[in-house]
This record gives sequence, C-alpha cells and structure tokens, in this order.
Amino acid sequence: MLNVFWLLLKRDLLLALRRRSEIFTVLFFFLVVISLFPLGVGTEDKTLKQIAPGVVWIAALLASTLALDRLFSSDFSDGTLEQLALAPQSLSIMVLAKMVAHWLLTGLPLVLISPLVGLFYHLPNDSMVVMMLVLLIGTPILSMIGAIGAALTLGLRGGGVLVSLLVLPFYLPVMVYGSGAIASSMLEGLSLQPYFLLLGAFALLAIVFSPWATAAALKISLE
Amino acid sequence: MKINWFKYAAPLNFYSLAGKVIPFFWVAAIALTAFGLYWGFFKTPDSLENGMKEYYRIIFVHLGSVWMAMWLYIMMVFWALVGLVFNTKLSYMMASATSITGALLTVVALATGAIWGKTSWGTWWDWDPKLTTFLILLFIYIGYIALQSAIDDTRRSDKASAVLALVGLALVPVIYSAVNCPDPTQCSSLHQESSMKNIEPNIMRGIIFTTLGFWMYSFAAILMRVRNIILQRERNTTWVSKLKEVN
Amino acid sequence: MTLEVKNLQCIRGDRELFTDLSFQLEAKQLLMLEGKNGSGKTTLLRALCGLYEPDVGEILWHGKSIKKQDELYRRELFYLGHLNAIKPDLTVFENLRFNTQLAGGLETDDALMQALDAIGLFAFEDFPASQLSQGQKRRVALARLLLTKATLWVLDEPFVALDAAAVVLLQSIIADHVDKGGMVILTTHQEVSLIKGEVKRLSLTALTENRESLNA
Repeated sequence: MLNVFWLLLKRDLLLALRRRSEIFTVLFFFLVVISLFPLGVGTEDKTLKQIAPGVVWIAALLASTLALDRLFSSDFSDGTLEQLALAPQSLSIMVLAKMVAHWLLTGLPLVLISPLVGLFYHLPNDSMVVMMLVLLIGTPILSMIGAIGAALTLGLRGGGVLVSLLVLPFYLPVMVYGSGAIASSMLEGLSLQPYFLLLGAFALLAIVFSPWATAAALKISLE
Repeated sequence: MKINWFKYAAPLNFYSLAGKVIPFFWVAAIALTAFGLYWGFFKTPDSLENGMKEYYRIIFVHLGSVWMAMWLYIMMVFWALVGLVFNTKLSYMMASATSITGALLTVVALATGAIWGKTSWGTWWDWDPKLTTFLILLFIYIGYIALQSAIDDTRRSDKASAVLALVGLALVPVIYSAVNCPDPTQCSSLHQESSMKNIEPNIMRGIIFTTLGFWMYSFAAILMRVRNIILQRERNTTWVSKLKEVN
Repeated sequence: MTLEVKNLQCIRGDRELFTDLSFQLEAKQLLMLEGKNGSGKTTLLRALCGLYEPDVGEILWHGKSIKKQDELYRRELFYLGHLNAIKPDLTVFENLRFNTQLAGGLETDDALMQALDAIGLFAFEDFPASQLSQGQKRRVALARLLLTKATLWVLDEPFVALDAAAVVLLQSIIADHVDKGGMVILTTHQEVSLIKGEVKRLSLTALTENRESLNA
C-alpha cells in the first residue's frame, strides 16, 4: 500500500522536474497578486500592516485554485487515471500521494517565498514566522479540499472557472483563521494557540476525508 | 393499508401522482401564507420590546425564507444521498429540483435581511455572521447548480453534484463557526443571544404560519420542477409520448 | 475460472445501448466483440472492468460480483482502452516501469528491457515518449502484455495504429495467452487465429437490430 504511494509521489515529482516552468507560474502569480494590492489600496505603513494577513491568504487561495487544474487533468486526458482506478490498490492512497506531490510543488513554494511578503508589507519578524507557520498548515488543506473540486470538474469545458466557484467558499474557514492568526500576532499579549489548534484540526479532518471523497469523485468522472 | 413506496420511485407513477397533489399544495401555500401575513400585520404589537418599530414585520417573510432555505439544503442532501446509496433516478431529480427553490429562497432571505438591516441598522449590508453565512450558502447552491449544468451526461451530473452537496453539508457548520467567531480566543464572550426567546405569542404564530406556507410552496414548486425534469429526461419513452399535454 | 455476465443493461444519455445481455467466458476462450460505432462496445468493456456501473444486471467473476471483490478482481484484470496511458515527459522505459509497478508487478529492469525488445522498441528505451509515433506509443502500452500476470485481458481496439508486423506480433501474443489458459475480450476488425483455444463472437449490433425488428 505504501509502495504505490511512493511510486506515484516520485513519478509526479519527476514529471514536475521535467517541466519546471509550471512550478514557477503559480509562484509568480502569487507574487504578482501580492504586489498589486499595495498599489491599489495604498502604501502607508499602517494600511500595509492591516491588509497583509488578508492579502497573503487571498493570494494563496487564488494561486491554489489556479494550480488545481493540473492535479488530475493530464492523467485524465492520457488515460493514466483509468489505469490508476484499475490498479489493485486503494485509489484513495494514490489520490493522497498526488495531493502531497501537488502541495510540494505549488503550496510549499508559497510558504518558502512568504518572507518576501513580510518585507513588502513591513511585517515584524514574529508575524513573519507566524505567517509561514499558518501557511505551512493551511496550504495543504487548500490542496486537499481543492482536489475534490478538481475531481468533480474533470474534463469539463470551462472547468477552471467552475472549480474556483466550487471550492473558494469552502476555503473560507482556513482563510479566516489563517489571517486571524497573523493579525493577532501583531497585537500584544494574545495567545495564538487556539488558531493553530483549529487549523491543525481542519488539516487532520481534511487528511481523513478528502482522499476518500476525491477518489469517489474521480470514479464518477471516469464513468 | 399498505403503500408500495417503490411504486412511486418509478418516474411514470410519480409523474401522475405529483400532478394530482400539486394543486393542493398551492392552495395550502396561499392559504397559510395569507393567514400568517394577516396575523402578522393585524394581530401583533406595533413595536417590539427592544424598540424595533413597525418595520420588524419583515420578519414574517424573512424567517420563513431563512428556515426553508436551510431546510431545503438538508432535503437536497438527503435526496442526493438516497440517490448515491440506492441509485434511484428520481431522487437525483428531486435533489436537482430542490436546489433551484433553495437558491431562490436564499436570495429572498438575503434580500429581506438587507431590507431589515437598512431599517434597523441604517445599512443595506452588514457583515453579520448570519447574513454572511447565507451569502456563502447561496454560493454553495450556485456551485451545485453550475456543476450540474456544466456536465452533459445526466448520470455523471447527478452523482457529481450529489457529492458536492454532501461536501457542502459537512463544511457549512465549519464556515458558520468561522464567520461567527473569527477570533477563537474570545469566542465564549461573544456568543450570540438567541433572538427566539421571549417572543410574543402572536408574532410567533404569524412566523409559524408563513413558514408553513413557504414550506407548502416549496413542495408545489419542487414537484412541478420534478415533473419537468421527468418529461425532459424520459422524452424518448412511450409513456411520455402518449401524454396528452405533450401532444 | 469464469467471467459471467447476467442481464446487463447500459443506458447512455437517453439511448439504450444494450439490454438483457448475457454471456459467459471460460479459460482458453477469446471473445470477439463486434458492432457498429456507437453500439456500446467500449461501454461494455468499461463495465466489465468496473469503470462503468451498468444500469441493470450483474458481472460475476468466479461466481462473485466484481463489485464485492474490488482489488482481488483488479489484480487478475488487464485493461487497455483507447488511451495508452503514456506520459510524454517520461522515457519509454520509465513509462513501462511505472505502469507495470502500478499494476503490482515486481519485474526486474532486465525483464522490462526484454519486453521492450520483444515488442519492437529495441534501442528506444531512453527516448522520451513525446518523440514516438502513434504506433510506437501503442507498442509501449502493449509491452505490458508480455509482463502482466493477469488472467483476463480486456482490450479495446488493440490493433489500431499498429503496422502490419506489429499486428502479427500482437495476434501471436493474444493467441499465446489464450492457449496457456487465459481469457481475452477484445473489440477489433482483425481476426485472431488460435491453436488450442476457442473463439467466441458477440455482436452488439445484432442484439440491437433484433430488438428493433421485434418492436416494429
């Protein structure tokens, strides 16, 4: 069972390595959105600090939905997905492997580049660390919830816009608590523990339910 | 008397049964709503204890649509689940018909909420937790309808939208709690008082009757829509071609 | 060892593809599925694999519904559809290795190389699959036939895009599998001659026309 997990994870990473440009498009999209906000809203120090938590999460949400299209579509169009569904292993495990690969390629880069956001928005160092931590816990949840939407809209015309419509409302709790933690970190004497506990609980629930729901959705889309 | 429920799971039988009961639901809907509104306008106090004046009376439309919008979402998920478990075509059609009425009532709930907000808070839109959750509920309804209409193959669209409805049901409470209490450190102190306590009995009566009226309306509208969906999906069968309303 | 199909009905959209379809397949038998375009051949094959749920009817493997033995059944099944499941960014060898390992195969690299040689892709091992022709890609997919331990092969138009030599080769691979006690179901316009096994035929068009003439 674990074999097939590693097999798929390794293959997806190898495929991404051979097409590196795709990793960077998501990353640069994130950066472009981040840089547009100050120009639209205002560049005062106080404004920047105030909007930073929301902006970084909205940019992460959009980047994540943008990348969803790639999760299953190439496997679907070349027939690999059929072979995955017919392999004598649980499809949920394979789906989990694909989600992990997808997060390593599209979520983790955002976490790693987020200190740059901290610089752009004049965030104190502590908040920068908090931001990286909540992104580290939150972006996998985005990948996992998004995967369900990606599986449901597989192969549909205009699937990209549709998938955003389906999954963005579901991202809301992650965004609320993720940005709440960053905002609270800028105030004195607030405990951040509840935020991390809640996000951690979401992440656990997502790991348990999402691969299963996604596998069910994939089987429906393959019929 | 023993009723064979599965008999009515066949579209042919359901179509004629629904046709017979729809008029009754319409009559009940109009009568109950009219009575509820009459009671609400003429038998209730002119202002509430908390100082709200005549404008509070929008509550008779507002609460009915709020409750029905939520109830219809649960019904939609119920039918979707029945469809996934028993693979009955009719339940998917019920789920699909319910979604439209549910979305419509969510819009009514939001609009009446906004009007109420304008009169009591002086603003059309306030990011109040309940209004916000309803906005998200509307987005979820719209997502369901959009997914269903984007898939040409009815089998796939039925099942895919059913899965989406289930995921939505699991996430709506989480969304509500996130909107209701964005700051988990202060949640206990911010807990909202339920506005349903100490309500004047006549006001309650009006609310209950309009809600029942909306419920009957939902039955009528959903059954009419299901009949349309049946005709559309079974258009190539002999029983549909023999119907007099088709010829 | 039996594959048994009982009263199968599949409906696509509002079109009935086939109704009341029943047949049996035993070891050492090859089933040729015939029928016009759109007669439901592919749908039937996908239903046999468990990718498509039939509207009515049952598919039994060893007397037990395939739905109830999920992974066990899939272990004994080899399916190749219209799509080759070849990744253009991987090499020929990597493609074959991934697809074999995915199906649970534990073949050594040498065995994989031999299979590629046998299917006529000698010296192409390290080519990116994107540089292959349509027929060569089909060969990569078919190389798995030489490695799989599955009993039941379900092949959807396996001869498409192959040149004359490859057609002969594939015919012998299929015949060999059936002769050794395997089962094959395929849709094709090519004849496959067997030495020991038995060829069965099933025509979906005939089923449909029969019913239409009955209705008329």
